[in-house]
Amino acid sequence: MSLAALTVHEAAKLLAGGEISSVELTTAALERIEQLDARVKAYVTLTPELALEQARAADAARAGGEGAGQPLLGVPVALKDVLVTEGVRTTCSSRILESYVPVYDGTAVARLRSRGAVFLGKTNCDEFAMGSSTENSGFFPTHNPWDLDTVPGGSSGGSAAAVAADECIYSLGTDTGGSIRQPAALCGVTGIKPTYGRISRFGLVAFASSLDQIGPFTKDAEDAALVLNALCGRDVMDSTSVGRPVPDFAAALTGDLAGVRVGVPSEYFAAGLEPGVEAAVREALKVLERAGAVVDECSLPSTDYALDTYYIIAPAEASANLARFDGVRYGFSKEASDVWGEYNATREAGFGAEVKRRIILGTYVLSAGYYDAYYLKAQKVRTLIKQEFDAAFERFDVLVAPTSPSVAFRIGEKTNDPLAMYLSDVLTIPVNMAGLPGMSIPCGLSDGLPVGLQIIGRAFDEETVLRVGHCYQQQTDFHRQRPAL
Amino acid sequence: MATAPSTQRTASGTDYELVVGLEVHVELRTRSKMFCSCSADWFGKPPNSQVCPVCMALPGSLPAINRQAIEYAIMVGLALHADVENLPNGKPTRFDRKNYTYPDLPKGYQITQMDLPVNLGGWLEIALPDGGTKRVGVTRAHQEEDTAKLIHRVDEMGVAHSLVDFNRAGVPLLEIVSEPDMRSSEEAGAYLRTLRGILLYLGVTDARMEEGSFRCDANCSIRPVGSSEFGRKVEVKNMNSFRSVERALRYEFERQREALARGEVIPQETRGWDEDRGVTVSQRSKEYAHDYRYFPEPDLPPLFLAPDWIEAIKQRLPELPAAKKARYARDYGLADEPARLIADDPSLADFFESALFTGYGDAKQVAAWMLGDLTRLLKAHNTELGSSLVTPSKLVDLLKLIDGGQISGKIAKDVLDEMFVSGKSPEDVVREKGLLQISDEGDLERACAAAIAANLQSVEDYRAGKERALQFLVGQVMRETRGRANPGKVNDILKKQLGG
Repeated sequence: MSLAALTVHEAAKLLAGGEISSVELTTAALERIEQLDARVKAYVTLTPELALEQARAADAARAGGEGAGQPLLGVPVALKDVLVTEGVRTTCSSRILESYVPVYDGTAVARLRSRGAVFLGKTNCDEFAMGSSTENSGFFPTHNPWDLDTVPGGSSGGSAAAVAADECIYSLGTDTGGSIRQPAALCGVTGIKPTYGRISRFGLVAFASSLDQIGPFTKDAEDAALVLNALCGRDVMDSTSVGRPVPDFAAALTGDLAGVRVGVPSEYFAAGLEPGVEAAVREALKVLERAGAVVDECSLPSTDYALDTYYIIAPAEASANLARFDGVRYGFSKEASDVWGEYNATREAGFGAEVKRRIILGTYVLSAGYYDAYYLKAQKVRTLIKQEFDAAFERFDVLVAPTSPSVAFRIGEKTNDPLAMYLSDVLTIPVNMAGLPGMSIPCGLSDGLPVGLQIIGRAFDEETVLRVGHCYQQQTDFHRQRPAL
Repeated sequence: MATAPSTQRTASGTDYELVVGLEVHVELRTRSKMFCSCSADWFGKPPNSQVCPVCMALPGSLPAINRQAIEYAIMVGLALHADVENLPNGKPTRFDRKNYTYPDLPKGYQITQMDLPVNLGGWLEIALPDGGTKRVGVTRAHQEEDTAKLIHRVDEMGVAHSLVDFNRAGVPLLEIVSEPDMRSSEEAGAYLRTLRGILLYLGVTDARMEEGSFRCDANCSIRPVGSSEFGRKVEVKNMNSFRSVERALRYEFERQREALARGEVIPQETRGWDEDRGVTVSQRSKEYAHDYRYFPEPDLPPLFLAPDWIEAIKQRLPELPAAKKARYARDYGLADEPARLIADDPSLADFFESALFTGYGDAKQVAAWMLGDLTRLLKAHNTELGSSLVTPSKLVDLLKLIDGGQISGKIAKDVLDEMFVSGKSPEDVVREKGLLQISDEGDLERACAAAIAANLQSVEDYRAGKERALQFLVGQVMRETRGRANPGKVNDILKKQLGG
């Protein structure tokens, strides 16, 4: 077994005990990438020199007595390519940024860097995080390590596939409508989107500002807790980040579920859910019950409206957020006879079809005469969705449901049907609309492909979400299963 | 100076009046920009030397609100009697995105305020030419950010380039919108001067129109006198001084009046003022107006202005022009006009109050010299009071020389001229130029006797009852003494010597 198959907590233990070095661990991950990534295509940009330099620095720091209480020191990580990295090309998997090298680190990246992380490279995603399969990448699709003919999900498909294929120890993704949880489900790894405001968005290239959140992909819930410990907390550079105290998430992993009330929203088991997915999730609920949880049905009637509402609010915000890509800065630019021609030519050639579709959609719903009917109404529905969750959390500590209605689908299967593609996020979007923490953990296979179990918590109660996920992983070994590559 | 009347009769016999509302943009002199920590002091700095990922809108960057800018906006609101505590429905203040594409707008949208500005409603009082006053309503004042600056150049190959300097991008702007309450170009000018004075007192801006830190667009229309309807609004832009605002509005009044007289309909449009030609030119009609697609800025949570904070700011507000003017009249007996002129201009008021702080008691005299000869010198030398070499205490020293009879008022004017140029004290100027008034009785008597001896005809005329002959003799003595004699004393001595 490659060292790259280790979890963060396993690697941290071996590094602390001097049994392995960060250079060895990093080299193992780089070798794994070398072996597999031509087929998986998880990475857009690799930074092996930087990684080895950071690994040597980590080893030196550890030799100098550092390392206690620093589980990320010297551990290799992959970063979704919407997270800006100083001196390392950041493309958002878009042609329009294909040569863009940022001058600063985003806050999440800086936090990892300051804790001694080793940066392996930048992972592929749907262009500007818009998509559910990573097929919208402006460069190439990423393949699901469980079946290379299927998609890894998206938009953070590269980050999910990299963890699933042991091409890194953990990775960062972003989740606007399910872009961490859905690929985590499809690739059989653990992925958590924390509460909106938990992790600074400074340095996350914005898709939909009121929905975007950064979060980790890991090999188990314990690792997720360790990475969140490093990432969470108020940042003055992001006014939407929240100043609540950050607990030690690892301390929440008690291993038991005595008295935890688990709600099962019936709307998440509606038509369109694959039977194999439903079966795996129902089985998982029994595991939780046996571990001491009290499981009961509940209802979130506005669930049906979440997808429609999302496709008004997210494109509206995106239409403004992407206005800055005009060919004046960031490298990519197309010549024309005047500045307006240059804008049009640059955006025509630089953006892919899905990005253009959403810019047009967002521009439309914000335009004079339509704002009230679409955007304002969508915001009201969003409030309703939030209120329904609030009401459910008066009865329950967490809600548990499938993450995605299906397992990984075949590459190309939905690319000509945007609506079918959008439905892939129908079970994850409501959580973003309400700003809640949500996690996906592997809960079995259906037709040989992973099924994800979604655990949704109260705002700022990642602890209970992690506790439930961790306890489930104590009872099962789905999270240890790896694709045969 | 001739000014156009605010109403005029057309050929068809209708009297029209001008209706004006003003939109003023002021750059706030905060230390840092509106949403990042770059310096806001951009004017004259090397291009793109005061920029960061936030104000250049680099991908991933986010805005963070400048607290000082909000505090300044609240100060302005309080000074304009805006009810900051009572925003509509008790809601907080909020930022919005205004979407449009232009190379000077790096994000592709401007962060501004739409529905919930920092302050809503208020008024300020302007002085009217007839000596009365008028309240002009302020609709709102909202916080936004300035754009980058475009520089257009032709290179040595003859190719035209547009260059972008982002130093100004993100500098805090406060937009102050008035009600359409003004009825003449003079009222518009008075509003702008009064507003500028208030802003300068608050110290929130340097309000220099020529540097663009105080900009004004005018919305104007005309209507028959007595009508309460508004005509179709014409927006006039590109005016870079108070004078050009007044000229442009006078021009618009005439233009619109003549158009109506010809039976034309005035289109709603934006027009630019051409300073050189003295005309406004149509820029774009509102039919092609932008759809700015405003929506709440998701990167900035709504702001709740704590009542304690507003109260604390209120306590710190400086004395404003209206209160100052009243105090000058009450405590120093200044007349309305000088009191207003001094109170409206912070640099004049500072000078005036510093002069009186020396203990000198004749405030009216200080005011008269400031508004008279000192102002004349400042204009002639194109100097600002703040950089004048004549300090308040030097002016007071000059006035004391007059009061003490050492120099005449006429000599004092020459002394002030010299002080203004050289920065010397009045005592030094008087001594170096030998301008001390002749106070020695014997010297004066000798000068008078000499004048009598040299002008016997005038002596006869005087004795024959011609009073003017005595004035002539006084003039002769003054000339001989180069003005250093006290005319009153000369008068007395001559009379005595002539046996009158």
